[in-house]
Amino acid sequence: MGKEIWVVAFLLSQALLLPIAQAAELHTERISGSAGDVLEDDPVGRLKVFVYNLPRKYNKKMVDKDSRCLTHMFATEIFMHRFLLSSAVRTLDPEEADWFYTPVYTTCDLTPGGHPLPFKSPRIMRSAIQYVAMNWPYWNRTDGADHFFVTPHDFGACFHYQEETAIQRGILHLLKRATLVQTFGQRNHVCLKEGSITVPPYAPPQKMQAHLVSPSTPRSIFVYFRGLFYDVNNDPEGGYYARGARASVWENFKSNPLFDISTDHPPTYYEDMQRSVFCLCPLGWAPWSPRLVEAVVFGCIPVIIADDIVLPFADAIPWEEIAVFVAEKDVPSLDTILTSIPAEVILRKQRLLANPSMKQAMLFPQPAQAGDAFHQILNGLARKLPHDRSVYLKPGEKVLNWTAGPIGDLKPW
Amino acid sequence: MFHSHGTRRSNAAARSSASGGLEGGGVGSPAASSASEGSSFRPSASTFWLLLHGLCCLISLFLGFRFSRLIFVLLFSNTIYTYTTTTTTTITSTRTETLTVSFPLTHTPPIETAVKPNNSAIELSDKMSNQGSSHSQVVVGRHGIRIRPWPHPDPTEVMRAHRIIERVQQEQRKWYGVKSPRPLIVITPTYARTFQALHLTGLIHCLRNVPYPVTWIVVEAGGVTNETASLLARSRVQFLHIPFHEKMPVEWAERHLTENRMRLLGLRVIRERNMDGIVLFADDSNVHSLDLFDEIQKVQWMGSVSVGILAHSGGPDRTLLTEDEKLNPPIPVQGPACNSSGHLIGWHTFNSIPYSEKSATFVGESATVLPGKMEWSGFVFNARMIWKEAEEGRPEWVKDLDKIGENGEEIESPLALVNDASFVEPLGDCGKKVMLWWMRVEARADSKFPPGWIIDPPLEIVVSAKRTPWQESDDLAGSKLEQDDRRFTRPKSRSSSKRKNTLPGQDN
Repeated sequence: MGKEIWVVAFLLSQALLLPIAQAAELHTERISGSAGDVLEDDPVGRLKVFVYNLPRKYNKKMVDKDSRCLTHMFATEIFMHRFLLSSAVRTLDPEEADWFYTPVYTTCDLTPGGHPLPFKSPRIMRSAIQYVAMNWPYWNRTDGADHFFVTPHDFGACFHYQEETAIQRGILHLLKRATLVQTFGQRNHVCLKEGSITVPPYAPPQKMQAHLVSPSTPRSIFVYFRGLFYDVNNDPEGGYYARGARASVWENFKSNPLFDISTDHPPTYYEDMQRSVFCLCPLGWAPWSPRLVEAVVFGCIPVIIADDIVLPFADAIPWEEIAVFVAEKDVPSLDTILTSIPAEVILRKQRLLANPSMKQAMLFPQPAQAGDAFHQILNGLARKLPHDRSVYLKPGEKVLNWTAGPIGDLKPW
Repeated sequence: MFHSHGTRRSNAAARSSASGGLEGGGVGSPAASSASEGSSFRPSASTFWLLLHGLCCLISLFLGFRFSRLIFVLLFSNTIYTYTTTTTTTITSTRTETLTVSFPLTHTPPIETAVKPNNSAIELSDKMSNQGSSHSQVVVGRHGIRIRPWPHPDPTEVMRAHRIIERVQQEQRKWYGVKSPRPLIVITPTYARTFQALHLTGLIHCLRNVPYPVTWIVVEAGGVTNETASLLARSRVQFLHIPFHEKMPVEWAERHLTENRMRLLGLRVIRERNMDGIVLFADDSNVHSLDLFDEIQKVQWMGSVSVGILAHSGGPDRTLLTEDEKLNPPIPVQGPACNSSGHLIGWHTFNSIPYSEKSATFVGESATVLPGKMEWSGFVFNARMIWKEAEEGRPEWVKDLDKIGENGEEIESPLALVNDASFVEPLGDCGKKVMLWWMRVEARADSKFPPGWIIDPPLEIVVSAKRTPWQESDDLAGSKLEQDDRRFTRPKSRSSSKRKNTLPGQDN
């Protein structure tokens, strides 16, 4: 008699639990990229990083001189340094380190207007590397192959804001073997080297959190964009800025009510993004922009208009499933492209964007939190381990040419 | 010399001005680049350099700086780079350059329209700075701005976009909106008058945008009329058209009372039919925000929201505010008042003291229309509250509907429906959020309007509005012009409405 009651109770509980489990249908979806389901990996224990102690002139003194470096979109280099100093992956014993970090802020020399000047950056970097090579044996051991640098400028380690000049300069020769952590990413481009880790640009997380609205606010804007279409100051002829793509967006869709695009600076910029289904992220002078981070945080599907761009953490995040990619030559038919995406695909993209680990991976919160962009960088570095045998030079072997590069770069700093 | 360089140009696709860092800068002037190279010429005299400088200037003048720089780099550059670029021909064919066109072309896709003369040079310099492998289609340099021939929205696509937006919003409501929403029952007292179409159309559009099932009870004073019936029939909202036996009076005070009685009639209909949902009173001239309909889903039995009062005089009368009031403008809101812990402690009512001298008595008078003490539209309740059978425990603080008004007393506000007003739930963040606005705008009670607001057949004659041209009969077709008003005639076709003579004092 008692056994029957237990069986009945057991079956009843199963019957009750099953619909509950089914009803807990999530409004998000797990994200796994080509490297697997790695967004939530914990880098602690998988790698060890040694942070070189460089003199103040390479880092702290620059920030003290101009504190705007802490809030502009190149602040990644500063925050990465601060994060590593107090992180659990840091080791004080260089013999057991897998990776070596050189904290040199090459993007902190600002004009009065706040734009970073890249003209001294190659010399600063070179000087830092020389310091490291002279004071520790680890650089010469591998010629920098187990060292990584953060170069968040427009075209990364090419150290110039103008694309033609950046291509002519190429990546600084001394960084030939090192791993670069940079925001710039474009396939088949001189300034993106094999094995680099692409990261999102810095966007202040508190500022974005302060403008969050309720997720039940209905999304009523179809396509949203705020920014320049023509850069009359730097590109008076037209056709150079954004390879003509932004101008094309304007000319084709300025009278289309589905496209809320203008050059305004509204105070409700962040709130409006949360009321939009699609947010345009076209290239500017460089292919990357903080708009991608903003779109992801606010749940607006990014429409990437930048040919051959490499998006942040491309091996951990399957961007093709999350964003919409439009070729620059297809911009005139952007409305046809966007309206012909099936609704289920759009809903799925929104579910992926709603995943909190996705939003967290794009941000650099202080202090650092699990799953944020700092951790994704470390995960990326950990995925490159163990180092290949070719990393270690044979005794007497030298790969780097210390006198390579434009003569101007060789001046000491 | 330059012709030979013309042929060398195609071979020189392999060369590049991108020196990859071995030359200084690369942005230098031709004189500088030629000076920094070990020139293959042996200059013997300064005159040669003078001539060269003059030549440079001439070339820059004619061909532009970029091209001239290119020429000189080709002349003096000794370094050859093996760039595996695609050949010149394939690059030009994949680049479809469209220049900005200011007029719409025919519907042929825009390919290779007229190219400016120095474009070829620019293409060259593009190829010069083309990067690495043969897979790259991305080229640095100047690009055309692609504009399609008809850059205007396509209506099918617009509809598709709206359906996408609708689907997205539906999904949003599913995850973040009200779980298990209840249907709404909206009670509106109305009557046929000049501005009825104006007010009702606004309300119809509002109700159609509400994402919950709506049943609309329209109580019409003076019986069912065709005007109202035709408006409702086109509305595509589920409605019940209930006649009310009295005609709407012309005085505002009387009108408020009649409307109250009409609303009670609506409540009795709900009671008879045992309709379920949330009861909301939407006056036809009020303005509602869609947030209101989401907020009232929270009501348990009876709730109250804040109503913004838009009392205006209908004329440019600004002398009502005193200086003190201009600094602290009176908040014209009727609604619940709460203490700091969010409990209802009282009611905000409309301050009618500034208007005590001049307020409108008759409908359509150009003076301020004052609201009642507590507007019905600020209250919502659960329909079960007025059902006959005390199902699901109708609270004891609710009076039975049949007992209200049986002695002929007037019901001023819905608070008469309850015994204890402290049980009313304050909604909208305790009344801080104003989601609907009370407004009364009416034309003169004796103003006439064309039935259904359709003028058929079209007017032949236009007359000054100072005198109403319409006869007592509703027949407009045969409107005769009064003899002394024959100022001008209007052509039969209404399309070209250009006035030949404009009259002073013609108010339109």
